[in-house]
Amino acid sequence: MNEELRNIWTQFFNWVMGNGPRPENEVIPPEPPPALPFTQKPEDKYSRFHEATLKERYNQWLELHGLHIFSSLYSGLSVLTCIVIVCLLLATVAELPPFGHERNPANNEVIRRYVQYGWHETGAQNIVAGLILDYRAFDTFGESSVLFTAACSVLMILSATRSNKPDKKSPLMRHHVFRKDDAILQGIASLSIPVILMMGCVVVINGHLSPGGGFSGGAILSTALILAANAYGFERVHEFFSERTFIVSSSTALMIYALSKGYSFFTGANHLHSIIPKGTVGDILSAGLILPLDICVGLIVAGTLYGFYALFSEGEM
Amino acid sequence: MNEISMFAFNIPFVSIFLMMISAIITPLIPNRNRLPEKLSCWVISIVGVLSAYLLYALTNSGQSITFNFAMGHFPAPWGNELRAGPLEAVLSLVFCIAMLLSLLGNFSSTQEDIAPARRNIFCVLVNLLTASLLALTYTNDLFTAYVFIEINTIAACSIVAVKEGAETVRAALRYLVMSLVGSGLVMISICLLYGLTGHLLMQNMHGAIQVLVTTQNYMMPLTVSLALITVGLAIKSALYPFAAWLPDAHGSSTNASSAILSGLVLKGHIFILIKIFCRVFGLDVIHALRMDTVIFILGVVAMIIGSVHALRQKNVKRMIAWSSVAQVGYIFLGVGLNTIAGIAAACLHIIVHATVKPMLFTAAGGLSSAAGHKKGLHALMGTFYVNRWAGLGLIAGACSMMGVPAFAGFASKLSLMLASFDSPFVAWSLAALAASSVLNALYYVPAVIVIMTHSKDAQKNFTAPPPTKLYNFSMLAFLILNFYLGLFCMPLLRLITRGVNVL
Repeated sequence: MNEELRNIWTQFFNWVMGNGPRPENEVIPPEPPPALPFTQKPEDKYSRFHEATLKERYNQWLELHGLHIFSSLYSGLSVLTCIVIVCLLLATVAELPPFGHERNPANNEVIRRYVQYGWHETGAQNIVAGLILDYRAFDTFGESSVLFTAACSVLMILSATRSNKPDKKSPLMRHHVFRKDDAILQGIASLSIPVILMMGCVVVINGHLSPGGGFSGGAILSTALILAANAYGFERVHEFFSERTFIVSSSTALMIYALSKGYSFFTGANHLHSIIPKGTVGDILSAGLILPLDICVGLIVAGTLYGFYALFSEGEM
Repeated sequence: MNEISMFAFNIPFVSIFLMMISAIITPLIPNRNRLPEKLSCWVISIVGVLSAYLLYALTNSGQSITFNFAMGHFPAPWGNELRAGPLEAVLSLVFCIAMLLSLLGNFSSTQEDIAPARRNIFCVLVNLLTASLLALTYTNDLFTAYVFIEINTIAACSIVAVKEGAETVRAALRYLVMSLVGSGLVMISICLLYGLTGHLLMQNMHGAIQVLVTTQNYMMPLTVSLALITVGLAIKSALYPFAAWLPDAHGSSTNASSAILSGLVLKGHIFILIKIFCRVFGLDVIHALRMDTVIFILGVVAMIIGSVHALRQKNVKRMIAWSSVAQVGYIFLGVGLNTIAGIAAACLHIIVHATVKPMLFTAAGGLSSAAGHKKGLHALMGTFYVNRWAGLGLIAGACSMMGVPAFAGFASKLSLMLASFDSPFVAWSLAALAASSVLNALYYVPAVIVIMTHSKDAQKNFTAPPPTKLYNFSMLAFLILNFYLGLFCMPLLRLITRGVNVL
């Protein structure tokens, strides 16, 4: 009994410290051969007697203590800099207008119009959705493009590395420890994934009616994908959501966003009539472009978050 | 709107959206025959032609030479807005030309350096970078500027890492960390400014800040936010004490990335800083808060220290990268003069550097590929006789950076000197310009001498294929631009001064 307890404790301790069993095919980079220090010269054979010059002694001293002195100085200075910046920022925040006060500069005609007329002008019950996807839709287009840029970059750096050397595994690739017999995880996943997916869809589709929208709904959808990948393995998710699916869905969603909102920007700036109907406030099919844009943003966010998870843990999607 | 045609009126919006759409569509098109790169080049040329037309329409439009473009059905303080004037049109034209020539000139070296699977994402990133530069140029809203600064940062870091290897990944990570610190500072500053003014639109912020300064309210947060946004953008544009990331990032990446990063990415951030100084704070407020002196001193230090560091380099690309630090110092010196003439000279130097630095990087790439991909300065001995266009490019670029008359750099240095006579720091400014020019000569002249020295045994080892026609064409275009800017800069300077006046 005592032995077993100790065994469990050891396993738990190892798990806490992150010393799990090492995957068999992990690539460990070889140690570099010890190099001669820069300052060490090849020995002079011809001089019979050689006393270290001041410069050589300085170099030896530097080699012994230089790094230590530099690192302590560096950490000291960085802590000092951080403290100064923290104090400065705290002092600044203390000087700012009080939070939520009626007379604040931020409570001006801009906010008043959003709150008073947002409902009529955008057709969205959720003022925040109307604000980010109609009044300031260009900024949100930029934000979705930030996600797209980041996903493309990570995909390029982590995944496209192996294609030119197919036999050699990238050192970034880690073998994912996956147990097929984890009944608890699979049972809970099979129960909760449909609920999470439904929840995500509800948050995305009701973005113009209630709190939520593309960004939050997309994040919920991506958790379902991540849970599925952990419970059933990345290969199962790969069957319906591969790298290609991700690229096509993100590009298409962003393209729909760009084209539809581009039309809206063009008509707005040139004072032309726009054919996009507003609908009745409160209906599911209302608020003009906000619903399709929410769905586009949701697709991009869900794909990107799952993509980051898969790429950083597996090295591929 | 009354004088400008409907077509020209839509150009800022159309050019940003064309670049974004081409970036979005690139992952979907087949990655064969270098189609993605050809698409990028065509779209960038179309946007360049559109910008040239916009410039033509704006200069021939009589009185109102700026206009605002509402993004959507809601007018400006509520919706987003773009703004175009002569300066914005000139800069977007120059950005498009420099981007196109950097891509064309390094078309073959891109093929050597970047794995085929990565090439179409490289094109996505280049298109996004161009779109973000155009958006930074045209935006009239501080938050839109922030969003596109983010796109710019991520895309710029990834095009450093596009060439495989430990060195580039390390450089990209370093660049990413420094750049994100800059983004964070800019974000904090925008939040503070929004809390103080209640606006994100530049002219409304300007009005609110004028009221704050006349009533002397909230001066401390205002100063802090100005300092934060200046430091944040200075990190991104590699002003000297914050430039430690630049030589690694620009020296180790592929030639096209180095050319784009040095020539364009730094300039986008400097221009948005100029816009913030002129349109959000106003030059008198900048002077009252002493930020002009700080910028001036940092610019002078950067001019000297950047050149001193460049003197110590043995790798030709790192030498050119450190020279960028010095050139950014020139631009900040012009901004620090805090006059219309100073800022116009800084903008002229932005244009000069945006055309000369890609030429230098492309030339250095051509020369080192002629020497069998050796980057050390001494390995380039005699390469002038192998790739003459590249050699001419390096010589013209060196003359331009030294400020030899008839080359592009002369025009901007002359206008910087003339502008500094209105400033109290005239002696410092002239001394720094003179010292920095001498230092530039100290490292560019040896490089020119090295490439022009005949060496029989070295030339036997040169087995590189002859440069492509595309390379020669882009070098010729760079050279023509260089001489055009050097010989006929006065009309351009007048146009820029008009643009700065209405900024």
